[in-house]
Amino acid sequence: MSNWPSETKYISQSTTRLDGPAKATGRARYSSDIQAEGWLYGMILRSKWPAAKILSVNLDKALKVPGIKAAVVVKDGEFNVRFYGEEIAAVAGTSKQACLDALQAIEVQAEPRHEFVVSEDEARKDNSPQVWDGTPNAPAPRVRETGNVDGAFPECAAVIEGFYTTPVQIHNPMETHGNTVSWTDDGVTAWASTQGITSVRDGLAGALKLDHDHVRVITDFMGGGFGAKFGAGVEGVLAAKLSQQAKAPVRLMLTRFDQALAVGNRPSSFQKIKMGCLADGTLHAFEMDAYGTAGIGAGGDSGGGGGGANIPAPYLYKVPNSRVKQTSVAVNAGSSRAFRAPGNPPASFGMESAMDDLAVKLGMDPVEFRLKNDPSEIRQREYKVGAEKFGWKDKYQKPGSSPGVVKTGVGCAGAAWPAGGANKRTQGEAQINSDGTIEFRLGVQDIGTGTKTVIAVVAAEILGLTPDQITVHVGDTRYPPGPGSGGSTTCASISPTVYDICTKALEQLQTQSGIADARGKNWHAACKKLGVTPLTVHGQWQPGMSADHACGVQFAEVDVDTETGLVTVKKVVGVHDCGLIIDKLTLESQINGGIIMGMGYALYEERVMDDLSGVVLNPNFETYKMPGIADVPEIEVILINMPERGVIGIGEPATVPIAGAIANAIANAIGVRVASLPITPAKVLAALGKLPAPATT
Amino acid sequence: MKNSKTEQENFGVVSRRTFLKGLGTTAVTAATAQTTALAAELEKANKEKIIGPEAVPVTLKVNGKKLKLMLEPRVTLLEALRNYSSYTGTKEGCDRASCGACTVLFDDTPIYSCQKLAIEAQGHDITTIEGLADGNKLSKVQQAFVEKDALQCGYCTPGFIMSVTALLKKNPRPTADEVKHACSGNICRCGTHPHILQAVFQAAGVQTASKTEVIDYV
Repeated sequence: MSNWPSETKYISQSTTRLDGPAKATGRARYSSDIQAEGWLYGMILRSKWPAAKILSVNLDKALKVPGIKAAVVVKDGEFNVRFYGEEIAAVAGTSKQACLDALQAIEVQAEPRHEFVVSEDEARKDNSPQVWDGTPNAPAPRVRETGNVDGAFPECAAVIEGFYTTPVQIHNPMETHGNTVSWTDDGVTAWASTQGITSVRDGLAGALKLDHDHVRVITDFMGGGFGAKFGAGVEGVLAAKLSQQAKAPVRLMLTRFDQALAVGNRPSSFQKIKMGCLADGTLHAFEMDAYGTAGIGAGGDSGGGGGGANIPAPYLYKVPNSRVKQTSVAVNAGSSRAFRAPGNPPASFGMESAMDDLAVKLGMDPVEFRLKNDPSEIRQREYKVGAEKFGWKDKYQKPGSSPGVVKTGVGCAGAAWPAGGANKRTQGEAQINSDGTIEFRLGVQDIGTGTKTVIAVVAAEILGLTPDQITVHVGDTRYPPGPGSGGSTTCASISPTVYDICTKALEQLQTQSGIADARGKNWHAACKKLGVTPLTVHGQWQPGMSADHACGVQFAEVDVDTETGLVTVKKVVGVHDCGLIIDKLTLESQINGGIIMGMGYALYEERVMDDLSGVVLNPNFETYKMPGIADVPEIEVILINMPERGVIGIGEPATVPIAGAIANAIANAIGVRVASLPITPAKVLAALGKLPAPATT
Repeated sequence: MKNSKTEQENFGVVSRRTFLKGLGTTAVTAATAQTTALAAELEKANKEKIIGPEAVPVTLKVNGKKLKLMLEPRVTLLEALRNYSSYTGTKEGCDRASCGACTVLFDDTPIYSCQKLAIEAQGHDITTIEGLADGNKLSKVQQAFVEKDALQCGYCTPGFIMSVTALLKKNPRPTADEVKHACSGNICRCGTHPHILQAVFQAAGVQTASKTEVIDYV
């Protein structure tokens, strides 16, 4: 069915990253490295109040600071700020030091609102301060019901109830958000650290009231996004305005603190779940009452997925009788944005925890229980393969039966990524030169997933060349448009596009050169016949060569020290499918990365807000803990090869199930459930009755 | 909700300059309480030592080359490299000694360049990521990072490579625990750690194989 070649030299093999040497030598210029001629440093003044009316902002003194060339206010006149860290003004100057001095010289007259709310539970109360005047913080829940839930629970042989919670997680890409922007009479050029050059271009054009063709966005290299970097952002618009005023390019990269406050996060979730099954283990009834916060709103920049706090439920499994009530709660904190598999990691954690709790109550092996209830044939196969590789049958013991102080446990969980698929309007072009060089131009961006390498691998395969013979240009809005890098759609969008370009290129090259097969060894001879005018070929995404709905299952083995509460993840086995594998090496990197990021979600990461001041207490890497190399377990990846499905993205499914698998392994080790992420030592000790329960945040 | 009053804010009343001035006065007052001779001596010594706040000439030795800059004394080595010259391979991830993206070699010791003032770095050999390759020939650590795909977005990569380069100079055959210890000051958000470990072993001459298996569905 698919046009992909069945015998391949590069597709499905391991090809090292095309831009690996540039990244490993420091030659790669990231958006934050751009040194446009005469560039100025830009910085943002942020609200120190969680809620206030800004009456006036006086920039006069700031503009007199030596070295300062421009200063702008976010909005004219009076305006409201609704969270600690919201943008108020910005300055540009010849040095960071000048900007720091100037920020201190800005005079802000404000009317702070002494009533604000940053906790989800407080915000839900009737008498809570309102984040948006006249609008309740939590709208009436959306209710979805199938079957007869109230009638079904009494029919169940086992029923569990749990309250599973997940924290707000911060994206923390290593390169913060930001741009270098140059606004001249010819228009605006922005070197943006973005996942979506086209969305940034359109956003800037809209905000600056410019025609789209007068805004150019360039992203040669960017340091990670994970869903938070689709839009122009307030910082992008401010950089442009500063550039216009200063008549010089402005580099405005957020500080690490800024990044934690205002440019996105994964919403929290509080999931009250009641679930029951029949005596044979068939799920029969499910009820969920859930809420979470997306900050002040759902996030204008949610790009690849919803920024709201709703999650898919019941996750993965078919339950004939189900009732789901969900709502998002507004609080005075920065908006959420899409975050790697939006909605899915919290949904997986809640559902998979409930699945294990129910399996234990029924006395059924958790893998058997999943095989009984998972409607996906692919995941069924993945559970069987994974259980075998992991040694599940030998390792799984009754919960809490592991002897000694340090207890071992195992757990598993499944993933779905129902989005994915391809952006069907993806286009691209190639220019073939008479010396045999070939340059691809696609208006996508490589956010570290290996997009450039994917283009080279597919082109080399179809043209009979080697990947290093392919030159790839991406990250410029002057190239034919491609998708934003979100929803795990990039690989499935560009691979068929490059295939189309290559097949058309071969046809035309063969016609023009008179050489019947221009591939491989004939390539140079055919190209030579082009003479002085290079051949340019345009192509677009083609149906039948890509798909969606990737699955995946993961198994985790943990040690839990019952005296310190410390959890050590010892081993993870991830079984994943993504249709036709393009580059095994970069694919493995993405799966490792998904697992490790999800491990942070399971064990370490949580944005902590102070109820009294409304301040984010851990906007930096000392206090917001992420996995380091010493925390990383042995990871074994098993890829289920399904070339007949065509290309499917993997970035998101890889990060979905691990938190559930680790949580289940911990429950298996210690015999009690820690139902709240992150599973910190304090929560483990509290679950064991050795400490009072920590206050919920 | 309208019980709040208007507040005048200037975001930090104490500027760096007034703070320094205050310190100076305190020092002199304390000295006067002792002997005037000592006070005069102290004042003289302080005067000689004070440089800035204006830009002063700073000479750095980066990758064996002299780099002459005019910098305010409060400019860090990281900024001197990234913002006052073109060594942008050294990355800024946090500017507060918690991510390691700015790691450079200070003589042979890996340091966070965001925590060293440029003026303090004078007279030392600074090696940045740009100083490791020999023309187009990558160092063995760089080559191993490329071959094992020990990088994704690549923003943390220069820092990791500098930490690993320093480790292998001191300890050419490290254990996994020693590698983890040497890289514990570097953060990678893409989660590339397993490949970094493999790359370090390869650079140390120990071959590791990927454990990834491909199984046909049908």
